[in-house]
Amino acid sequence: MAQVKNRLTPFFENITFDREDNELILNFGPQHPSAHGQLRLMLHLQQEQIVKAHPDVGYLHRGMEKMAENMIYNEFMPTTDRMDYIASSSNNYGFALAVEKLIGLEVPRRAKVIRMLLLEINRLMSHLFWLATTALDIGAMTVFLFAFREREYLMDIIEGYCGARLTHAAIRIGGVPLDIQDDFLHQLRVFLNKLPQNIKDYEDLLDSNRIWRMRMEEVGVIPTEMALSWGCTGPMLRASGVAWDIRKEEPYELYDEVEFNVPWSDKGDNFARYRIYMEEMRESAKILYQCIEMYEKCEKDGQTELMAHAPKYISAPKLDIMTQNYSLMQHFVLVTQGMRPPVGEVYVPTESPKGELGFYINSQGGPYPYRLKLRAPSFWHTGILTDLLPGHYIPDVVSIIGTTNIVFGEVDR
Amino acid sequence: MRAYKPKDDVQAKAYYTDRYYVAPQVPKQDVDCDEVFAADLEAIKAKFEVKDAYIQVEQMVIYINPHDIYGVLELMRDELEYTQLSEMSAIDWLAKDNTFEIFYQMLSMTKRKRIRVKYFIENGQAVDSVEKLFRSADWSEREMYDMFGIEANGHPFMKRILMPYDWQGHPLLKTYPLEGDEFAAWYEVDKIYGKEARDIIGPELRDTARVDRYDSERFARLGFEVPKGTEITDDMEPTVQEYQEDGGVFLIRKVDKESSKVIDDPQR
Repeated sequence: MAQVKNRLTPFFENITFDREDNELILNFGPQHPSAHGQLRLMLHLQQEQIVKAHPDVGYLHRGMEKMAENMIYNEFMPTTDRMDYIASSSNNYGFALAVEKLIGLEVPRRAKVIRMLLLEINRLMSHLFWLATTALDIGAMTVFLFAFREREYLMDIIEGYCGARLTHAAIRIGGVPLDIQDDFLHQLRVFLNKLPQNIKDYEDLLDSNRIWRMRMEEVGVIPTEMALSWGCTGPMLRASGVAWDIRKEEPYELYDEVEFNVPWSDKGDNFARYRIYMEEMRESAKILYQCIEMYEKCEKDGQTELMAHAPKYISAPKLDIMTQNYSLMQHFVLVTQGMRPPVGEVYVPTESPKGELGFYINSQGGPYPYRLKLRAPSFWHTGILTDLLPGHYIPDVVSIIGTTNIVFGEVDR
Repeated sequence: MRAYKPKDDVQAKAYYTDRYYVAPQVPKQDVDCDEVFAADLEAIKAKFEVKDAYIQVEQMVIYINPHDIYGVLELMRDELEYTQLSEMSAIDWLAKDNTFEIFYQMLSMTKRKRIRVKYFIENGQAVDSVEKLFRSADWSEREMYDMFGIEANGHPFMKRILMPYDWQGHPLLKTYPLEGDEFAAWYEVDKIYGKEARDIIGPELRDTARVDRYDSERFARLGFEVPKGTEITDDMEPTVQEYQEDGGVFLIRKVDKESSKVIDDPQR
């Protein structure tokens, strides 16, 4: 192909324009290491102070809702991985739970325990990743290395389970495809026994660090009303004085059987959010210990089922498919045509590491969802920057974006 | 005759449906089953017309008139403690009766209840913005406008949010094909290189299952394997494939294609 001259109009990125009223416009992103993805912020500046902020998203828009309308339900499962790719099992789970609620399915207990193990490991992975990147943004390189080291252990455990490190697709509609591998619990225990010391290490490095506290305390304060009005959920809301955790308040899976606390703060600033992430890691570890016990009890009681029994919607176990003609026929129909959930609609919220991850599904009885809306928490956590940033200074932008913990696979979907 | 494909809904369709298949329904309960929902519904009914109300999968769904939405949500926020608007968007029913269905997903944290407020609007009609009540509607309504072309009256910044500002068409409409339309195929070519480069570059191909049999650089050719980069002509001989090791396998005879008999008579 002949060389064609590039006609892109020059894009004055990160160049300040002087205006008559002495207000500067600064383009922050879309390629900026501390924007945590493809975020473009147009900042109106008065000297160093931001007077107006305009987040511009959509650089990673892949039209997932459109894709969902053109895929059978099981086909869409791996696509959900690409939303919040830091903790992809929680997306898989949110979708699986929504479809299960739609068809009214009860998942076997052992599968539930495995799902909870995966979800909490994902939460730990996500929070460790958050800590690492935010600390790096502020300049704490050591914490970054420490936290990534710990995250690596968890990724290895997950890799042993499903073969993937980031895009797991480890959960199916109706259960889980596999039992956990032999050394899963052992590896997890080894990790969990070390975790309290690890978290203490991070805290020793950060809590009394003067730079960290100056960048975090009293910066990015979100009042309760603002957090509620902007649809903030998860750690963002809990740091602003509302102790709302869907795992606790509207329990799904086996979260009503495990004991854990919901850390919250009424400060609303960056530091409060940081503390909540740290405390949530401790709570996740607590839940994981209980899950291990529950799993061992399942094993003792001989509960081996991993997938729900619903021949209309879920394929039979592989053994049946290979030995029984009718199971094979069902499987063939479910793979080629897809399951057909009943006519109706459902909105199912789950507590993903970032906040409330909701799936709204409108089914018209066909193998394709008629409408699927993904309610991703990060979308509103990005929107709140419009109201949150004015009044702050340029360096605060970085720490505020850091603590909102936005992931752009989820914002743009 | 070519198979008829409806133009008003180009999304994927089931290729086979049993003609006697009756789709089951997700069960709906009466609102009276739940005290909290019943009280909420009474409070809303006292001031506004509620067309339909039921409970489905633990959440109440109410249908109201489109012009009541601001009042209903204000009442729900200030008096019924539904303090958060989790989600709002539209459903495209244009192919069925030329309407959109708009839904608002409300959450009360004190009551631990969720209500879905819904109404129908005609195609081309605008909705009332609730951005003054819930700031989250600022971005939701922009997304709805971007995806469906439904405008919100009284919104401070009614611009596209996910697609580029100069995009044409609204992607989540059922009339919009998954791989994009004519405009989408030329958008980046025109934008980056200019319209005059269209002939050299060609339209953007978004069909992921596309195979070009004349391109031996990027596509495998089963049965006609050639070295990478070979110029492909139409009169090429199929490549003979050996599917067995040279030394042979114990007890297994190698298939000799020349001497084997091909039975092509189905009535044999």
